[in-house]
Amino acid sequence: MQDLGAAFQQALGLVAAGDAGLWAIIALSLRVSLTATLIAACIGLPLGALLAVARFPGRQGLLVVLNALMGLPPVVAGLIIYILLSRSGPFGALGLLFTPAAMVIAQAVLITPILAALTRQVLEAMWEEYAEQLRSLGSGPGRAVRTLLWDGRFALLTVLLAGFGRASAEVGAVMVVGGNIEGFTRVMTTAIALETSKGDLPLALGLGIVLMAIVLGVNAAAQLLREASARWSG
Amino acid sequence: MSGPVLRAEGLGYSVGERALLQGLDFGIAPGAPSFVIGPNGSGKSTLLRLLHGLLAPSQGRVVQAGIGRQAMVFQKPVLLRRSVTQNIAHALSLAGIRDAARIPAALEEVGLPHLAHRPARLLSGGEQQRVALARALALHPDILFLDEPTASLDPAATRAVEAILARAAARGMKIVMTTHDLHQARRLAGEILLLHRGRLIEQAPAETFFQSPASAEAQAFLRGDILE
Repeated sequence: MQDLGAAFQQALGLVAAGDAGLWAIIALSLRVSLTATLIAACIGLPLGALLAVARFPGRQGLLVVLNALMGLPPVVAGLIIYILLSRSGPFGALGLLFTPAAMVIAQAVLITPILAALTRQVLEAMWEEYAEQLRSLGSGPGRAVRTLLWDGRFALLTVLLAGFGRASAEVGAVMVVGGNIEGFTRVMTTAIALETSKGDLPLALGLGIVLMAIVLGVNAAAQLLREASARWSG
Repeated sequence: MSGPVLRAEGLGYSVGERALLQGLDFGIAPGAPSFVIGPNGSGKSTLLRLLHGLLAPSQGRVVQAGIGRQAMVFQKPVLLRRSVTQNIAHALSLAGIRDAARIPAALEEVGLPHLAHRPARLLSGGEQQRVALARALALHPDILFLDEPTASLDPAATRAVEAILARAAARGMKIVMTTHDLHQARRLAGEILLLHRGRLIEQAPAETFFQSPASAEAQAFLRGDILE
């Protein structure tokens, strides 16, 4: 317990002192996860909205696939992306393996189905209410998707935050495709795994504290957004 | 008086094996408001949705003549999660109308200019229905469909909505409305269409309908009897 207490104190010291190595890892983590969330949002939100509004043959099958992809094991996703990006793979010429770009791709692949499925759930309930009125006003499906995305913006921000939280907590896929290279592809989660295995608990704990602070901050933001939404839209 | 603006020709609507409306043949003339009345489940709301084009007929067709724009107000107002002004602006945008001056004019018409920037969904039920009316009126429709717009409102809010509709009708807007409130029909209607079990039982000028209904069903309905 004394060792743990000392490690915790050292960890707080590292965070408070603004340790350069620690903050470089945090900055890269945020850059990778925010970029992945942005890319996933550009695909997942419109896809989810379209699935909420459109009725077409094969929609049910697509929903089943989408829901199944929400549970895609990260290491499996990482392995598939590794094969695709490896030198002998179809995208090997791009030279993305073991770069932050590969980690962005991996996180985006993992959270896009989550964002799309949650978006569909949120907007489908809204569409049930809006459908007849919007059709009466002459709105086609494309315009209806835009209306739903805008009117559901508060709820969708919480969806985005959930996606970001999932991305920033990811370890398996980014380890496989990023390689955990110090100063280049080492992010909080992979660093925690590595430092723990090396026995360097202070750095691992310091990163853990920051990661927990980010997760708590994201959840607090989600809560504030939900309250703002209730105040504004009733 | 010119010819009908709407004509139902052999109009029917079914859900599966169940016919909600069948064999409807009638015309709706321009001028005073036409009210569709009838007991619950007679097909009033379905008929309005067919006339407005929200539903496709299972049999027959709806013929529109000389109708430019049309709008519909529902029993439960469906307002977007935006301000009152933005709700009306959204409708104008969908209709391709760029005249923003219509927004304050419509709000003035329904007596809600002071609520222009309030979140629409946080207003009272009566205010929300008046916003829905303002949204429809801002489109300057040739024909306005209303599906029991006052069914959930208190007497004061009902009077406010009726006054708005009377002014719109006086300006020449054709109103086609369903109601289960016979007093309201007496106050506003120029023409009555009585539906029962998906069939048109009687269509007559309001005065004639209320003073000397031709059908046994209409006589029973006006007496307050339960129609078999």
